[in-house]
Amino acid sequence: MLSDGQGTLAAMLISPTLIVIFLVVGIPIAMTIRDSFYTKSNKVDPTTGLLSNKEHFVGLQNFTNALTSQLGTVPGEWGNLPRLVNAFLNNMYFTVVCVVIETVLGVAMALIMSKAFRGRGIVRAAILVPWAIPTIVSAKMWWLIFQASGVANRILGHTYLWLGDSASSQAAVIIADTWKTAPFIGLLTLAGLQTIPAEVYEAAKVDGANAWQTFVRITLPMVKPSLVVAVLFRTLDTMRMFDLPYGMIGPHKYYVETLSMFAYDEANNLRYGPAAAYSILLFLLIVIVAFLFIKLLGAELITDDEVLALRAQRKRQKAMHKRAKAMPTITSGESAV
Amino acid sequence: MSAATVTVNENVQGGLTRAELEELQRPRHKGRETVGMVAGIVGMALIVLYCIIPFYWMTISAFRLPSDGMSTAFWPSPASIENFKGAFQPKNNFTRALLNSVIVASITTALTLLFGIIAAYALARLRFRMKGLVLAIIIGCSMFPGITLLIPLLKLFTGYYSWFPNWMNTYQAMIVPDLSFGLPLAVWNLTAFFKQLPVELEQAAMVDGCTPGVAFRKVILPLAAPGVFTTAIITFIAVWNEYMIALTFGVKPTMKTATVALSQFTGTTNFDTPFGSIMAAGVIVTVPLLVVVLLFQRRIVGGLTAGGVK
Repeated sequence: MLSDGQGTLAAMLISPTLIVIFLVVGIPIAMTIRDSFYTKSNKVDPTTGLLSNKEHFVGLQNFTNALTSQLGTVPGEWGNLPRLVNAFLNNMYFTVVCVVIETVLGVAMALIMSKAFRGRGIVRAAILVPWAIPTIVSAKMWWLIFQASGVANRILGHTYLWLGDSASSQAAVIIADTWKTAPFIGLLTLAGLQTIPAEVYEAAKVDGANAWQTFVRITLPMVKPSLVVAVLFRTLDTMRMFDLPYGMIGPHKYYVETLSMFAYDEANNLRYGPAAAYSILLFLLIVIVAFLFIKLLGAELITDDEVLALRAQRKRQKAMHKRAKAMPTITSGESAV
Repeated sequence: MSAATVTVNENVQGGLTRAELEELQRPRHKGRETVGMVAGIVGMALIVLYCIIPFYWMTISAFRLPSDGMSTAFWPSPASIENFKGAFQPKNNFTRALLNSVIVASITTALTLLFGIIAAYALARLRFRMKGLVLAIIIGCSMFPGITLLIPLLKLFTGYYSWFPNWMNTYQAMIVPDLSFGLPLAVWNLTAFFKQLPVELEQAAMVDGCTPGVAFRKVILPLAAPGVFTTAIITFIAVWNEYMIALTFGVKPTMKTATVALSQFTGTTNFDTPFGSIMAAGVIVTVPLLVVVLLFQRRIVGGLTAGGVK
């Protein structure tokens, strides 16, 4: 830290960014929340005889209509369900399956890279390739690979209809997503692995730990902070997935339709109210998942020393207050003296 | 120790038999180490293949003849650049789309750096109240689902409200929403970079009579140039790769970005999908990024891991 009492300077330096964030994030969120409680009426205006274009307040109707079968159902992996429920289940399915596979593959990649003495540069270069490719380009790339007469089926020796609307198309999305992001988890995990001092491993060896014990008792706990953050970001990224299923399988394919795709489609059909409602649901879902990650898995996103110190100080003060309350006689006795 | 070796005295040295000495001198676990090394090399090769093969497939598919679009041969024969010509045929507007992408990504990157550098400096160096809150807001924005912002902005930019101009098919309609993820990304990365610079540098400058502002401009900024450069690359790539916002607000053929344009290439008829030119366009969109990323890979990996985001 430079010195204390630089609040004014800090405010001057940070306010432009906060104003931009307020304009491009804050206001749109407020508008989305407002819109999610409104809908366009389809009634005929009695004075003009035309279809009324006015919005009116409908409370939670946008949400409840979509959750019940009011708006009809769509056929997907999970049976005939309301489109919102179907999209929600797809979202959850993709998130869990993709993130689990990506984490396992990513950690494996990181372990291999950390053991290597030579060729690490080549591998690191290769790992950046999937990261740098635009998602929509990777969607089109896999779309070619997964064509009915494409190379994937040629290698597998069986004609799967990957790009139809089926369980195979879910697999196709999962494969393409895993390809693009597992290396990225590997990269972040490798950075975590490299901070583990060699002495710890030597000590474990002296104590007679085998490879599995070393991995479970040393590597995993010590790499956990960076891994949890990487997994959190991947989870949130998968939850808002849009480009990949949209570009590879296409819109209105209910086996792969995610909440983002559904809300996008509704907005493009000018049903802003319901679209806003569905995107708010996705937003809440993401908030809940991020909260769980931070509370349950201890994902430490903000690692600023000062903020951490302040947080610790607040905790200590709280503990002191508690103790003071628990022993009122002693404190009062002391103050009397 | 067997009874036979104990009796043969010349074979014993310091209480150990020659056989035991040899056993001790032999490098341990030689076999296991070799296996480990081979496994490592195989593992590395697998990672490289895993990352490269799909991209290889896209590239060779781009170099086939357009009529071989669905070929599954592992080498284009004959090789041709017809698909690249196809990607640039006038009806695709691909040249214009590339230009649009460059404009949107450059302006967004410039703006994020302009705002991000000063904010990140304050976050890395100055002590002030509510810092935790500011950091939380910034990291929160980078977790945000883009669709939640897109819906009200679509309403706004299509002229739904009389007080707001129609922004459809304009650059600002893409740049403004792109800031929502570009700015947090840049601030987060830059903060990590500024923190790596020793604070003594500014303290020395300030002892020499510089104000914090001058110390920042004359001492920190030149030293942080590599960090700023890396952040610029990472932000540029993030915006260049963006799809959903560009798809929504650039609808006119002349206002599409490269990612949107290539996803909407059409063949000469409805039944003829231009696989080849889509792959060629994919290669064109990706290769400049790959070149930059590979040239600066060390820095970019450092930036990605320091920022811990995206």
